[in-house]
Amino acid sequence: MSEILTKSRARNVFYGGSIFFVVVFVAMTVQSHRHIVQTSTAGMELSDEVRHGKHVWERHSCINCHTLHGEGAYFAPELGNVMTRWGALDDPELAYEILDGWMKAQPSGIEGRRQMPFFEITEEEMRALAEFLRWADQTDTQNWPPNDAG
Amino acid sequence: MKYQSQKVAYAYFVTAMALFGIQVLGGLLLGWIYVSPNTLSELLPFNIVRMIHTNALIVWLLLGFFGAAYYLVPEESEREIFSVKLAYIQLAILVVGTLGAVGSYLVGIHGGREFLEQPLWVKFGILVAAVIFLVNVSLTFLAGRKTAITNILMMGLWLLCLLWVFAFINPDNLSLDKMYWWFVVHLWVEATWELVMAAILGFLMLKLTGVDREVIEKWLYVIVATALFSGILGTGHHFYWIGTPGYWQWVGSIFSTFEVVPFFAMMSFAFIMVWKGRKNHPNKAALLWSLGSSTVAFFGAGVWGFLHTLHGVNFYTHGTQITAAHGHLAFYGAYVALNLAMFSYAMPVLRNRAPYNQVLNMASFWLMTGGMSFMTFTLTFAGTIQTHMQRIVGEYFMDVQDQLDLFYLMRFGSGVAVVLGALLFIYSMLVVRREVVKPGPMAVPGE
Ligand code: HEM
Ligand code: HEM
Ligand SMILES: [Fe+2]
Repeated sequence: MSEILTKSRARNVFYGGSIFFVVVFVAMTVQSHRHIVQTSTAGMELSDEVRHGKHVWERHSCINCHTLHGEGAYFAPELGNVMTRWGALDDPELAYEILDGWMKAQPSGIEGRRQMPFFEITEEEMRALAEFLRWADQTDTQNWPPNDAG
Repeated sequence: MKYQSQKVAYAYFVTAMALFGIQVLGGLLLGWIYVSPNTLSELLPFNIVRMIHTNALIVWLLLGFFGAAYYLVPEESEREIFSVKLAYIQLAILVVGTLGAVGSYLVGIHGGREFLEQPLWVKFGILVAAVIFLVNVSLTFLAGRKTAITNILMMGLWLLCLLWVFAFINPDNLSLDKMYWWFVVHLWVEATWELVMAAILGFLMLKLTGVDREVIEKWLYVIVATALFSGILGTGHHFYWIGTPGYWQWVGSIFSTFEVVPFFAMMSFAFIMVWKGRKNHPNKAALLWSLGSSTVAFFGAGVWGFLHTLHGVNFYTHGTQITAAHGHLAFYGAYVALNLAMFSYAMPVLRNRAPYNQVLNMASFWLMTGGMSFMTFTLTFAGTIQTHMQRIVGEYFMDVQDQLDLFYLMRFGSGVAVVLGALLFIYSMLVVRREVVKPGPMAVPGE
């Protein structure tokens, strides 16, 4: 490297530039935070039931088999649009019934097929979980996934 | 060993290697569940094994970084560590936390954010350990000679510990949760950890090649500048489809493309330093791991990262086996291999012997690197088919997976090679007591 770029210049560019990018990033984060709350997730109320459902989702670590909006593990299907797949996006009762039926039928025990565990979940929790998945599905994800297969 | 207190690094490295063993055995079990899905499905489901696999990875890499810091900060600062006792207390907290986390996963107690599943008390334990660590190395650093290597290392370590705060922030709004989750995950591996990597690589080059410190340090500042200038806004490549605004598609695509630059620079740096170096250091294994690390990091993070980072591509590949392929090679090249380079360099010194068992160590490099590369190829093929069948044709997930059996079988095979390589590495570090191969006759000068 040439004489123009001395070590102390390189260091100063590093410090100065990094501070600049941190500031820009923080500003964009603030704007994105607002966008999420006011626009992209505003299609359905973030009710106590949805909150509860998120805790149920977390307590059973569903994310370590499934993806949700494309993030998580790749062992089991995408769940960010599962309510769309089931045709239950606008029907809380139907969403609960299909989910409840599905969860209670696990594990399938079919030889050679990936197994989903059985989870101890009360009716109240199951309803909350269904609401959480409906809530997630109405997020404006810039039209991802490309199709209902997820 | 110049300073007595460097010895604490030994305990860190041994603990890290034990966890490394657990991590790859967990990986092997996961790979087997993909092949034969009924295995342990009720006793130890996939999600539990996966938490152990990924958490063990992250903790052992961090232990390796901490150990590396305890090894190199005294040497660079030219003084003993502020408190050896604190260093051992820190290690004890981390070990208790890790065992506690694994134990509670096994009985079904865990959080539900990927990689951050640790129970709250473990998260606090990590925080306390991080504070102890920062105090300990910072006081050593401040009292002694300051070099670019320690400057950058300290900055990386401070920032990565600060980012840990986001592990405690879990908004009820899923999209916010995801956005802040990446503050830990992305800003670790694609920003702060890169600083740590550059510093450790710089230290190894300094010791192994004998190139002027002045030259090395100038390179380091350029490398870390390109890392942060691209990596901070590059976080946008995770903000395409999670409810964040659409402009991230452009910001993320453009800046994350530049994330290839620091990895290319680190690879060039390592090779040019070796090229220019006058020293013929006997620790060839450490040199092999250093060059290997920067090269595989360039492919895993740089090439495989770029492969799916443009939003037009990521729209189709997001959350498929392509992601798993990239995750494996990137972590392996950048952080696993770098840690193993540091262990290979420091362990002979810490155990007070000349470099030993080079051959076994180098064989383990080729076994592991070959295994991880093959695993990356099989997952990339699987991911390409998955992307086409599921995202373009629109076939259902489970039906597509049924067609990928052959790739998963080959991935398992490559996993066996990785496990054997890892065990061989650990054996060569800890057990072998003498040079296994008799040194050959001295090379004829001028040959
Ligand atoms: C014996 C060798 C290994 C095997 C068979 C293996 C297998 C696996 C499997 C099956 C998964 C879960 C993927 C899914 O969600 O469907 C996984 C995840 C993961 N493994 Fe490994 N692994 C091995 C070694 C490693 C090594 C050496 C590293 C670090 C370099 C590593 C890092 C990871 C990471 C970061 C994830 C999460 C990936 C993501 O979320 O994209 N694994 N591994
Ligand atoms: C050593 C550095 C890196 C490591 C350890 C790493 C590791 C990972 C891991 C584990 C994931 C999966 C996270 C999850 O579970 O959802 C991931 C995702 C991703 N990485 Fe990296 N990465 C590195 C560097 C890069 C670079 C330099 C680029 C771009 C040039 C990149 C592009 C991406 C993209 C686009 C995704 C999202 C994939 C998706 O949409 O599913 N990564 N990375
Ligand atoms: Fe990233």
